[in-house]
Amino acid sequence: MKAQVALSNVGKTFPASPTTAPLHALGPIDLELRRGEFFAVVGPSGCGKSTLLEIIAGLTPPTQGSVEFEGRTIAGEAPDSIGVVFQEDASLPWLDVTENVAFGLRRSKLPKDERDARVRDALRLVGLSDFATSYPAQLSGGMRQRVCIARTLVMQPRLILLDEPFGALDQQTRLLMGDELLLMWRATGATVFLITHALDEATMLADRIGVMSARPGRLIDVVETNWPRERDSRIVERSEFGAITARLWKTLREESLKTIGRAVPKPAADA
Amino acid sequence: MKRLLAYRLAVIAGAIALLEIFCLTGVIDKITMQPPHLIARDLYRLLASGKMNGAIWKTLTNTLLALVLAIGVGVVAAALLHRLRALRDTLDPLFATYYAVPVFAFYPFFIVVFGLGDLPQILIAFMLGVVAMIVNTLNGLDRVPPVLLKTGRIMRLTPIDTALRLTLPAAGPYILTGVKLAVAYAFIGIIGSEFILSRGGIGYEINFAYNNFDNATMYPLIVLILLASIAINTVLTRWEKTLLARRGAR
Repeated sequence: MKAQVALSNVGKTFPASPTTAPLHALGPIDLELRRGEFFAVVGPSGCGKSTLLEIIAGLTPPTQGSVEFEGRTIAGEAPDSIGVVFQEDASLPWLDVTENVAFGLRRSKLPKDERDARVRDALRLVGLSDFATSYPAQLSGGMRQRVCIARTLVMQPRLILLDEPFGALDQQTRLLMGDELLLMWRATGATVFLITHALDEATMLADRIGVMSARPGRLIDVVETNWPRERDSRIVERSEFGAITARLWKTLREESLKTIGRAVPKPAADA
Repeated sequence: MKRLLAYRLAVIAGAIALLEIFCLTGVIDKITMQPPHLIARDLYRLLASGKMNGAIWKTLTNTLLALVLAIGVGVVAAALLHRLRALRDTLDPLFATYYAVPVFAFYPFFIVVFGLGDLPQILIAFMLGVVAMIVNTLNGLDRVPPVLLKTGRIMRLTPIDTALRLTLPAAGPYILTGVKLAVAYAFIGIIGSEFILSRGGIGYEINFAYNNFDNATMYPLIVLILLASIAINTVLTRWEKTLLARRGAR
């Protein structure tokens, strides 16, 4: 089967400014996303994870290589059917929850009751049906992030990009949001591309996990988790969970040390 | 909160009472000022007689016109300037020093060009208010979180939709600050220019009454202006409060 998203030789170099040298931030990266899979990306801070996401989203063009989405090249414009959830709160404080979720549908030519039905479904999926008329300021951070997720789901995207969407939330909320994300992933059948700095989150959620190097970020490992499609956060109890997370950390540790400017220490004698 | 309101009312009532005593005991003589209770009576008579209706109507409609113009032109100009970086950088010093220039200094020029009609008065009031609108709207647009702009691009909004549905609403509280200033400037512009380049309106009537030692008309009109601007400001502030409460302290 042909990949839904295909990155070939993708890289990004930010041009020099009067005060800075040119910065090779990312790549080259080759990566194919399978339709319907859950792909997570982990990497040391500053490795270009978010830049990678913005390139796939069409928010910023790559300076080398190309990205294809469903056979079409993405050239600096966000294609329909790709949804993005950002780390920062992107809810619109002047609109209530329903209006927030319906925001992107205004442009569509759907009849009104179809639109209303979609909004209701999305709200139910993220568990916010009881808050349809609340304003974002009345909600917690986790609930606001769910508003943003619902606003993305309502557009029925075939690819959902998430840029550390739970980064600002506490650990328990993050685990529960992870469960909900898995539910939505199964319910929508969309492909999910998740950027996270939490290794356990990546292991718990993804079918495949890409590990990125320090800047300029390249893919240095891709780990298959082989989890069943029906799964939830209780997967952390499995023995493979620890093994996969450990493998991720083993690869990432050296790269993370580079980014904080330490020399890589000699590994202890292998057992 | 209730107690604070009571204190505030007490201060106002005390000031009026003091004025009343000064007027009645002759500390302030009758030719200078009427005691407040007579001003209130005269204001009632003036409004009931209807002879000021034309002047009041003219002043209010001209103020509203200047205000609407200042808001409309100000918001549109700010939205455009926000996208035209070079033009904005060029004009920034002008905005910064704008209120150091007394617009009224140009009134002879306005009379020569536009005559004594309503137009020069509306123009002066508009010129006073529009820059406050531009500066505050730009200020608000600068503070729109980048993540909202990215969201707009993901939703593939057109530039006009982005402005109308995303950036201007996001800048709402700042725009409202501009509107409150523009209301004050519009009143100042209209009443002030009615004093010097008009043959009608509340400002003109106050000036006319002043020249004729007609305290029974002059003071009630001054009070009327006070009441009108306080009323408008109160309504706006209330509205602002409910909007801000809804948006929370973010």
